[in-house]
Amino acid sequence: MTKRSQELKPVSEFISDSRPERFVYQMDGDRHEIALSTENLQVRYGDKLALSEGDLSFERYKITSLIGASGSGKSTFLRSLNRMNDDVANVTGKIMYRGLDINSKDIDVYEMRRHIGMVFQRPNPFAKSIYDNITFPLTRRGKYTKEQLDEIVETTLKQAALWDQVKDELNKSALALSGGQAQRLVIARALALKPDILLLDEPSSALDPISSAKFEDTLLELKKYYTIIIVTHNMQQAARISDYTAFFHQGKVIEYDLTRKIFTRPKVKLTDDYISGNFG
Amino acid sequence: MKAKTADKIATGVIYGIAASVAFVLIAMLAFILVRGLPHLSWHFLTAAARSFEAGGGIGIQLFNSFYLLILALLISFPIALGAAIYLNEYAKPSLFITIVRTAIEVMSSLPSVVVGLFGFLIFVVKFHLGFSILSGAIALTIFNLPILTRSIETSLSQIPNLQREAGAALGLSRFETVIHVILPASVPSIVTGVVISAGRVFGEAAALIYTAGQSAPTLDFTDWNPFNLASPLSPFRPAETLAVHIWKINSEGIMPDLSAVSAGASAVLIIVVLLFNFSARRLGNLLYKKLTNS
Repeated sequence: MTKRSQELKPVSEFISDSRPERFVYQMDGDRHEIALSTENLQVRYGDKLALSEGDLSFERYKITSLIGASGSGKSTFLRSLNRMNDDVANVTGKIMYRGLDINSKDIDVYEMRRHIGMVFQRPNPFAKSIYDNITFPLTRRGKYTKEQLDEIVETTLKQAALWDQVKDELNKSALALSGGQAQRLVIARALALKPDILLLDEPSSALDPISSAKFEDTLLELKKYYTIIIVTHNMQQAARISDYTAFFHQGKVIEYDLTRKIFTRPKVKLTDDYISGNFG
Repeated sequence: MKAKTADKIATGVIYGIAASVAFVLIAMLAFILVRGLPHLSWHFLTAAARSFEAGGGIGIQLFNSFYLLILALLISFPIALGAAIYLNEYAKPSLFITIVRTAIEVMSSLPSVVVGLFGFLIFVVKFHLGFSILSGAIALTIFNLPILTRSIETSLSQIPNLQREAGAALGLSRFETVIHVILPASVPSIVTGVVISAGRVFGEAAALIYTAGQSAPTLDFTDWNPFNLASPLSPFRPAETLAVHIWKINSEGIMPDLSAVSAGASAVLIIVVLLFNFSARRLGNLLYKKLTNS
């Protein structure tokens, strides 16, 4: 497991230490390594401005929560990060990743999404076997031996804490899994591509409390190797698992800080109102 | 009148209407089957038709019907699949799409006899294809294309968008997602649609009378070279189908056992169409299990 885990660490050779954007000053005054940052990100659906101020930097190997009421622009922001909004919205501004603006036209979005994976609110396994769900996106791009694929399936399912439940029925249809299991499979499928960053759009909102708690444990385990950005409606979840929290309101980032600061001494009254349940 | 009484009366009336629809269908099937089944025999199903004496069969017509059906599906399925994928997965609202959709709708409401006469003028006469299986298959394609396109498009649209998002988020291109995710998932309902449309095509007569022709030359079932006119596989020979045969003998047949042949042929036609309809869903489910390993 340890050997494998090291292999699973995202490749870092693309990042040169001299790039200034790699380090920025963060909330606690220390220098942190930045996995992804946005500049002047604006999202329009037709004429409607859904996100007007999106300037955020996400630290590597940390979990960042995006919170806010429905329609606050947090999901819109998240989905823009790996360009899932391209077809439905007009996204302007910069999304910096490894020194590249991945929001520019000449980026190969298919390749980019293999580095920035995404898991959605509702589990969406393919109508294929559990095994094929994980291996199919891999084999579309590269050549793997059966042994390599077996190993990837086992490792990723273990990382997603699903291996023990499905190891004897890998050839069964993924559609037969329960909601919680399906969501874990989807995580494993995303991990198999060895992404740098995982974007999670309310990933546990369709799960029951027990599955949800297990899911949070899994995320805490995963942040050793992945940068995680998660949209959540669950305030306790944000407080429990995330290192940073950004509060969105009406298309703007109202406050962005260490999670413990946001939930104990927020600087903005609106944030305080939201997390104490006075609106939203 | 009390609401409860009114509700009871309305329920009764609606139930009666539904029952009468079912009754008409069952009565018709029963009539055709009761009249036709006694005449069915292996000889009847395989022998060649006779024009002037009793004892003819429908063998060649039956073969022609299946062969034409297969050819028509071979031509229309790829076109319909492509059109449906484009309309459901790629098309964004535009003038072009409006025109395409209108064209499909107009095509699907064309009377089949018009399709037949169009096929006669264009393919039989203009393109010199003559009364042939090929002309017939093209006419059937025109007849079948709009319905098949719509049916496949509906199948594709039933696959939730979650699947497309899943593909995109894993770095798959739209085309890869369609081919490897959306299509396999919609195979059962596509197959169901194709088989049901096959039933319609199998029973079609008007579009074929002036394209595939009204004669069934004797076939040499030992010759499988498609380029020989006597070969069953030749696409250039005239080919009266079962449905056309029924129409033909009832309008100008002079064999003594006319009504028996007609009744028997009708029963065979109905049975085949029913088989298509009943097997459609079964086949779809079977394929689904195969494709999803469930």
